[in-house]
Formats: sequence, C-alpha cells, structure tokens
Amino acid sequence: MRALTWHGKHNVQVDTVPDPQIVNPRDAIIKITATAICGSDLHLYDSMIPGMSNGDILGHEFMGVVEEVGPANTTLKVGDRVVVPFVIACGKCFFCDHRMPAACDNSNPADKADATEIAYGYSVAGLFGYSHLTGGYAGGQAEYARVPYSDYGPIKIPDGIEDERVLFLSDIFPTGWMAAENAQIQPGDTVAIWGCGPVGLFAIKSALLQGAGRVIAIDHHPRRLELARQNGAEVLNYHEVKVREALMEMTAGIGPDSCIDAVGMEAHGFSPDNIVDAIKQETKILGTDRPHVLRETIMAVRKGGTVSVPGVYGGVADKWPIGAFMEKGLTLKTGQTHVQNYLPQLLELILDGKIDTTDLISHRLPLEQAAEGYKNFKENQNEWTKVVLKP
Amino acid sequence: MSSSEPISTDADVASPAFIDNDNVEGDHAASTIRAAMINRPRQDLYAFWRDFTNLPSFAENVKAVEILDGGRSQWTIAGPAGAEIDLVSEITEDIPGERIAWRSSEGSDVDHEGWIAFKDNAFGRGTEVRIFISYDPPAGAIGKVVAKVMQREPRIQARRELRRFKQLMETGEVSTSKAPDAAPRASRHF
Repeated sequence: MRALTWHGKHNVQVDTVPDPQIVNPRDAIIKITATAICGSDLHLYDSMIPGMSNGDILGHEFMGVVEEVGPANTTLKVGDRVVVPFVIACGKCFFCDHRMPAACDNSNPADKADATEIAYGYSVAGLFGYSHLTGGYAGGQAEYARVPYSDYGPIKIPDGIEDERVLFLSDIFPTGWMAAENAQIQPGDTVAIWGCGPVGLFAIKSALLQGAGRVIAIDHHPRRLELARQNGAEVLNYHEVKVREALMEMTAGIGPDSCIDAVGMEAHGFSPDNIVDAIKQETKILGTDRPHVLRETIMAVRKGGTVSVPGVYGGVADKWPIGAFMEKGLTLKTGQTHVQNYLPQLLELILDGKIDTTDLISHRLPLEQAAEGYKNFKENQNEWTKVVLKP
Repeated sequence: MSSSEPISTDADVASPAFIDNDNVEGDHAASTIRAAMINRPRQDLYAFWRDFTNLPSFAENVKAVEILDGGRSQWTIAGPAGAEIDLVSEITEDIPGERIAWRSSEGSDVDHEGWIAFKDNAFGRGTEVRIFISYDPPAGAIGKVVAKVMQREPRIQARRELRRFKQLMETGEVSTSKAPDAAPRASRHF
C-alpha cells in the first residue's frame, strides 16, 4: 500500500510499504477513505518528539470502511463505516473501566512501554502513528490501517453523512470538547483560548456549546483569527497587544475564569522566556518544551480559575510559575483525550446540525501529495488551517 | 529474604525490591520482584499460570513447555542465532489461587528460581500479582547466551512478562506493533 512515512526532521514522503495484517483476535483492518494532518503531527515533522524511527507511518486522524475483522470481534462487520479514535485503548483495564481510555494500561506493547515508564513514572497508552514512546503503531495517513481492540474504539457512521463532517471525531473535535470540559465552564463564564488552530477552534465551538458567556481567542495569524471570530469568539492578536493586559482590560480587572492552552510545546513568539526556551529546545539537553503559553495562561487566569491544557507537551520545562499557581489557587487539568468517552454524544451533535465541523478545512489533497501538505501546514499556517488527505 | 529489611516503610510484599532491586532474595546473582494489578479474579490468573504450557503465549523467550511427571516441566527457551536453552522446572510450592513457586532442577542450562503470588485487592481493583524472578547464568559460552536471552536484566524481563501476562488476561491478546504485519513501515534505506 501507499503511506506517508517519516525519515527525519522535515523529511516525510509517500512510500510503498507492506499491507497491515490481522495479528490479534480483536483487530480490524480499515480501508481508509479520509485522513488528516494534525497540528501535533508538526511536532513529529519538526523532530520534537523523541522515539521516532526512520520509516514510521504517521497519522492519527482517520476513518474508513472495515475491510477485515479478527475472530474475536463481534462488533464490527466488513463494510461498516467507522471513525477511529487516535487513542488505542483495550476497554478492559482499570483505566478503561474508569472512563480513562487515554490512560489504558495495555495498549502500549510490553517492550515499548519501558520508555515512558522511565520518562513519566508509568507507561502511557498507545497512539496511532505517534512515535515508539506511545507504542510504535503505524498511523493512518495510508491506504489501510490495522486497528487493535477494534470492538471498543471505532464508532460506526450512518450512510449519507460525508466523511469530512465526521472525520474530526478521531481527534480534534473530542480534544477541543474535553479541553472545554477541563476548563470547568459555568454558565456565563469568560474563557480565553490560546491558539486558533484546529483544536483551538473546536475548543471555541465546544466552550460556547457548554455554556460559556464569552470566548476570547488569541493567535497572530489573521486567517485563523477570522475563523475564531466567525465561530463567535472575540479575538486578540498577540503581535498587537500584551495578552494579559488586554484580557485584564476586557474583563474589567477580574480576568478570564478559565484559560485553555491549545498551543503546546512549540509556542511562537519573542518574549524573553520563549527565546531562552527555544535555545534549550534546540540543544535538547537543557530542556525539551517551550511552555511560554502555559506560563501566560497561569499568569492571565483569574484567582481561583482553571487552566486546561490540550496542547501537547513531551518532556521537561523550567521557570514554572509555581507562585502564581499556588497563591491564586488555580486548578490545572490536562491529558491526552479520552476520545472513546465522547464519540456517541459528539456524533449526535454533528447529526443534529448543532456544530459545523468543516469550516476549518482549507485544503484537500490526494494522499500522494501529503508531503506538500506537511510543508505548507508548517510554513503557511495562516492560509493552511487544516489539511484533509484522500488515499 | 535479604538482611536489609525495611524498617520505616509500609510498602507491602516485605519488599526489599524497593531497597536493592538486584539482590532481593535467594542465592542468585540477579533477581527482582515486580507487581501489577490485573482486572481478573485471582483463581483465573492462578489457573492460567499453573498450566505451564501457557507460558509461551506471553513469555517472549519461552518457545515450548512440556509437562513431565511429579510437578516437573521441560522448558525450551529460545536463544539468539537458533540456540536453545533447556531447563527442567520443579514446582516447589503450590497454594491454589494464591501462590506458585518453581526452581530449576540440576542439569538445567540455567539455575533459575521464581514465584508468582495472587492476592485480592482490598478495594476491589482486581488482583494484585507479584512475580519474583531469580537466576544465575552458568559459566562459559552458554552463560553468555543465557545472559543475552534474559536481557541481562531480570528487572526488564519481569516487567515485560508481567505486562504481557496482564494484557493477555485482561484483553485476550498480547499487544504488539511488530513490523511488518502488526505495524508496516518503510524500509530504512532513505
């Protein structure tokens, strides 16, 4: 089959690779009909995530048609249309039982699990196409994918709904939704959201659906700010204003009730802390993440407020504003998305027409042009807001 | 038990595992204890482990197990470059639903000892499973092979095998991303 494969920093290409096979009884093989490039794929493209291996297939946002099922799978049938969660979860362990599939204890293979047990204290769940730290699974920017525990994760899609309307159930819609949930929004709250990429846009939509009175979105790309505005947010361009001062002014000194960091480890910007972090990140010795946005959310959120972090971080960082965090009495909530928990509810929102899931798509490319998609999504973030690939 | 008993910790397992991970018990050069919570009744876990012919389904290096008489079993362990290590294991303790201990008999290629214990979690989280693995690689060429098979680290072996046992018991399968079938990838010549 053809698949988008990783060969080092800013080096991805579509190659011919072997077809995946059913190897475990609960597996399914999915023939992929639509897949997308995620902002978090750019962390891999930029070689910011350790544990990548030359030749890995990327992609964790995908959907398709069931091509083959393993003998223990009684849920899926050949021909079913499904969207596949980016988190691989067994559905049977303590964590899956307690509605924490993104903390699944079993999906990271035994030999791969050592790395995150050492790095994080306990091993983390497997993810599709996201390094050998999270299992070394092949991703879905390909013609076919092997889906483990396929009787638990994938959600069936009724006929007559276009792929693009449901594709983002795989990651960014539930991720934006959980980010808003983690922000603990009360009716009428003001929510500030850093980053108007796909997850930030879904966080805006979700925060408003969850009862926020007001959403203030922060970015510097005019097109992305425009999308945020179209979705009902007020916007701040951080090239034009000092963010915390502007938020303080807009909220008459109280501050936002919740802040959402939808940026993560590769924050842009030229504040002094971010420049030092960029140097450290480049050396890969002194630090791994640029948590400029995380620091700013902690400074900007109101006393007793909540900071929610859907943005991806992978390693360690310093200059953590622990004083502001403690003295203001903040709550911090984060984590990879428990996708499986949200799928039925979010599919219903789509089917009921309560949310537009396609307005962020800027480009549609054949899988063969995926490398071009990566390059532009990285270099022209203003115009390239979301890339959908068709195998 | 090691002489260095914990005196100020409430960790269960009388666990010197937390103190000296490389020499916790027994007479062997390398040993370790590892614990895992498994979401299955302890009787099921005991029964599966007690049938040593199930070992190859989760213990990566155990190729085949043949049951002999008198609580003994013959284990064939795969080594690198087609080498095989033979071991005759004898059950030294068997408490149904709770504990199985075994030891290699004389004439085995490796001097090995282990136990596995099953206990209900007091708060309904499943079964607490603890495994102890200990061995002395023999001298000479075969010793080097054994050390390589055991990955030199009983700790690595214990945690990986206990993870695979947990996966199999909880999910019905051992998770894998082994290329090419389970996870295809491009060849590395770029």
